[in-house]
Amino acid sequence: MSSFHEVIRKNESSILAGWIAEMASTTRRSDLMGDVELKQQATEFLRLFTDAAESSTDPHSEAFFSTREYMKEIAKSRMEQGFTPGETALFVLSLKQPVFNSLRDALKSEPAKLVTEIWDVGNILDRLAVQTVDGATEFRDQVIVRQQEEMLELSTPVVKLWDGVLALPLIGTLDSARTQVVMESLLSAIVETNSQIAIIDITGVPTVDTLVAQHLIKTITAARLMGADCYLSGIRPAIAQTIVHLGIDLVDIQTKAKLADAFALAQTRLGKTVVNVKSAAKSTSKHEDA
Amino acid sequence: MDRIPILKMGDCLLVTIQVDMHDQLAVSLQEDLTAQIAKHAARGVLIDISSLEIVDSFIGRMLANIAAMSRVLDAQTVLTGMQPAVAITLVELGMSLPGIRTALNVERGMELLRGYIQKDDGLQESDGSEE
Repeated sequence: MSSFHEVIRKNESSILAGWIAEMASTTRRSDLMGDVELKQQATEFLRLFTDAAESSTDPHSEAFFSTREYMKEIAKSRMEQGFTPGETALFVLSLKQPVFNSLRDALKSEPAKLVTEIWDVGNILDRLAVQTVDGATEFRDQVIVRQQEEMLELSTPVVKLWDGVLALPLIGTLDSARTQVVMESLLSAIVETNSQIAIIDITGVPTVDTLVAQHLIKTITAARLMGADCYLSGIRPAIAQTIVHLGIDLVDIQTKAKLADAFALAQTRLGKTVVNVKSAAKSTSKHEDA
Repeated sequence: MDRIPILKMGDCLLVTIQVDMHDQLAVSLQEDLTAQIAKHAARGVLIDISSLEIVDSFIGRMLANIAAMSRVLDAQTVLTGMQPAVAITLVELGMSLPGIRTALNVERGMELLRGYIQKDDGLQESDGSEE
């Protein structure tokens, strides 16, 4: 009479060797992970697993807490190394074969006991494998959330075009959350740079519906309240048609087809102009000759 | 009861709001300001709200009212130095203050005001010559 954890403990080294051999034949990725690290992880897992199995056979119990945590840790580090969640799960599942072999040898005389023990250990290992998949998914979700936040910040750059002129090239769909970020970053940039004119360029906005227009109008009104003029540029012909068809009222807003046009208007408003240096020099020299 | 000081600079009046406005303060400002405009025959009013961090719909409406009243008394109103958070709040409240002119800071606001007053004077003179 002996439970599976005793069998594992007795045959630890042979199970470990069998496990690593099993992994070598199925899921070994020597390009991603060295032998030393793999052996270390396998030994550590086997130790935690047998310790926990001594007091309980329920993988959700308190006894398995450290094992579950270790699974999450392994899942996370393996995701970083480039393993797929499936490969990480197979790391645990490939332990079955050597453990079952040892159990079969140890419990030859008691078939009923053998079946129970195999069921128990199989069940626990399955749950732990699921745990690694959960851990991997969690890790991937965190990455997605972080990337979304980074994209939100990166996708709303406020650029200074000239002394007193800001530009805000918008790229991608505008939703409520993004408009809030756009509005805040534009208004704080207006205060920081003391700019009189801001140009919102919507060349990269794929569609303008009533909601997007509403958001744009809000941003422009807020900028006006602070004392800055706001121009809207980069309106593609298709979008101009949509705006009119939807009945969106943009009469109070200065619109221009291209960013360059809006910038030229900003220069005029600031009382500045761009001249060709060469021809200007020629005309002055002509005057001098005369 | 504390009041918001109204300073006279040439033919303009300067109001700087340094404390958070409560309703009674806004009402008394409205009364004082209209009285001062009438008394000094002021042509322009500059209200600086750069220290104002909290607004509600009442204060927003008061600001709009003050601008409208000044216009009736032939004085241009410029609102300067609104904080981004205040601007966002007013827009979310649906108060875009359409009748109010705005500027980024007092310096720009003063420039703007002088420009308007000169333009007004120029118009009146040209009107006179045509007659």
